[in-house]
Amino acid sequence: MSFLTLSHLQKSFGATKVVHDFNMAIDKGEFISFLGPSGCGKTTVLRMIAGFELPSGGSIVIDGKDQTRLKPNQRNIGMVFQAYALFPNMNVFDNVAFGLKVAGKPKNEIEARVKEMLKLIHLEHLADRYPYQMSGGQQQRVALARALAPAPQVLLLDEPLSALDAKIRVSLREEIRQIQRQLGITTVFVTHDQEEALSISDRIVVMNAGKADQIGTPGEIYNRPTTRFVANFVGTLNVIQATLVNGSTGALKIGEETLSLPQSIEGKADDSLISIAFRPEAAMLAGPSTGPAVLSGTVLSSNFLGSVLRTKVDLGGNIISFDMFNQPSAVLPKAGETVMLALQQDGLMVLGD
Amino acid sequence: MKRLWAWAALIIGLLYFILPLVGMTNFSLKMRRGEYSFDAYAKVFADSRFHETFSYSVWMALLTIIFGVFLVVPTAYWVRLKLPFLRPYIEFITLLPLVIPAIVIVFGYIRLYNTSSWLPLTGSYVGTDILLVFGYATLSLPYMYRAVDTGLRTIDVTTLTEAAQSLGAGWVTIIGRIILPNVTVAVMSGAFVTFAIVMGEFTMAALLNKPAFGPYMQLLGANRAYEPAALAVIAFGITWACLGLMQLVSRLQKTPQRPV
Repeated sequence: MSFLTLSHLQKSFGATKVVHDFNMAIDKGEFISFLGPSGCGKTTVLRMIAGFELPSGGSIVIDGKDQTRLKPNQRNIGMVFQAYALFPNMNVFDNVAFGLKVAGKPKNEIEARVKEMLKLIHLEHLADRYPYQMSGGQQQRVALARALAPAPQVLLLDEPLSALDAKIRVSLREEIRQIQRQLGITTVFVTHDQEEALSISDRIVVMNAGKADQIGTPGEIYNRPTTRFVANFVGTLNVIQATLVNGSTGALKIGEETLSLPQSIEGKADDSLISIAFRPEAAMLAGPSTGPAVLSGTVLSSNFLGSVLRTKVDLGGNIISFDMFNQPSAVLPKAGETVMLALQQDGLMVLGD
Repeated sequence: MKRLWAWAALIIGLLYFILPLVGMTNFSLKMRRGEYSFDAYAKVFADSRFHETFSYSVWMALLTIIFGVFLVVPTAYWVRLKLPFLRPYIEFITLLPLVIPAIVIVFGYIRLYNTSSWLPLTGSYVGTDILLVFGYATLSLPYMYRAVDTGLRTIDVTTLTEAAQSLGAGWVTIIGRIILPNVTVAVMSGAFVTFAIVMGEFTMAALLNKPAFGPYMQLLGANRAYEPAALAVIAFGITWACLGLMQLVSRLQKTPQRPV
C-alpha cells in the first residue's frame, strides 16, 4: 500500500485550471521529483500536499489518513523553500529547534535533536551563526535540518537548489539524497532542472499543463518517453521522418536505408510516415565497426561542451545533433563537411502524438 | 555660482529653524535679571503638576504604543499576507488622521461615547483614559502603520509564514515569534514617533479633561513668562531624544537575509 496517495487532485484559480486530475501513489521512503516547465502546476501540487493551497477537487492521503482539509500546521510535513526562509531573528540552533519548541518537546530532547540534525548537515560549528552570516548553501542545509528536526512524515523540497551556484547545487543535491536515504523519509522534490531530477530521483513525474504526462524511473523517462512532450522536455531529442515498411517486424526506411527496430511498431499502417526520435548519443560518425551508415548529412556547426562535442547536422532538411566524447585526439567535424552517421537501432523511438 | 546658491539656501533654512530655538532657549535662561540661569527650569521641575502631567502622558504614551502595536502589526501583516488588494484602501484609511483635525475626532468620540450612549466611556475616569488612548493611537496611525509596513517589506512575509506553518506554528506563534521580532526596528521607529506625538498633544487631552502634559504646557504658557519657554525646550529635548533613539535602534538592525 502506498504511503502518500494523491487522487484526482485538481486546482483552479478563478476560471483557470492549473492542475487537472492528478493521480499518484508514492511509497514510503521514495524520492519523487516533479519535473516540468514553469507554470505546469508542479509547485501547485506540492503546495496542496503541504496544505498551503486547498484542492478544488480530489484527496491527499498520507499513511492512510485523509489530509485534504487539514491546515498546514496540522500535517507534520517538512518543507524546504527556494528562498531558504530561515527566520532572520534566530540563529542556526534556534531555527532548527523552532519546530520542536512549537511541538512542546522538553529542553534536553530539543538540544539533543538539534545537535543530531546539525551533525547530519555537518554544520555543528555554526550553531550560533545568524542566517545573514552564512552562504546560500549553508543556509539551505540549515533549512533542510530545520524541516527534518520534527521528524516529518513527508519532506517537500520546492526548488531548493535554484538559488545556488552550479557547483554547490551538485554537491548539495548529493547531500540531500544521501540524507534522504539515511533517514528513509518519503520526499517530493520540485524542479525544472532535468539533470537534477534524473540524478537523484527514484521516480520522476514529468508534468505538462497541469497533468502528469509520464511517471517513471529516470531511465524510463529518458530512454522510453511515452509522449512527444516528455521526449522533447527531457534531454535533447532529434526527430526525423521515416516510412514504415513493416510494422510487425519493426522495419522502417530512413532516406534510402532500411532499419529494423528491436520492437514491433503498432497502431501505424505500413507505408505511412512516422516520426522517429533519437538522443544525440544514439548517433555516431560511421566507421568500419559501426555497421551500415544509414544517413549522410552536412555539418552545420560543432560545439565544445566539455566532456562531449556536439555537432549539428542537416539531414535532408532535418536538423539533428549528435555527441562524441571529448578525447584529445578527437577531430571536430568542420561546417560544410559531409558526414555519414550510424544510428544505434535500440536508441530509436517511435513518437506518439 | 550653483554652489553659492546651495549654501545660501542651506544657511537660510538653518536660520529659519534654529533662530527661534536659540531665541527661545536664550529667553528661558533669562529669568534672573541680568544673568543667565536655570531658574525657569528649576521652577518647572519643582512644580508638582509638571511631574503629574509628565508621568501621566508617559503612561498614556506607553499604553498607546502597546495598543498601536497590537492593532497595527497584525493588520499590516494580514493585509500583506492575505489581502494585498486592500493595501491602497488601508493606506488611505491610515492617512485620514492627517487630514481630519484632532478636534473633529475627539468631538466624534464625545458624542459617540457620551453618558447616554450604549458605551458611556466619557462617564468615568478610566473610560476617558481609554478614549484618550484610542485617540492618540488614531493620531499616530499614519506613522505607526507606515513604519510597520516598511518593516514588513524588508522580509519575505509569505515564505516565512509558510515555513513556520510547516513547522507546526499557529498564527499567534507566527506573529509573536517570527513577524514581530523581525520588524522590531520598524515598530520602535513608530513607537518613538507615537511617544513624541502623545507628549505634545493638546486638543484631545484638553477636551477630555485629562491631566496631560500638553494642556499643562498651554496652561503654563498662558500664565507665566519664562517657564513656558523652559518647558518648550524640555519638550523639544524629549522629541530629539526620541529621534536619537530611533537612529540608535535602526543601527542595531541585522542585515537582511541574503546569501553571503
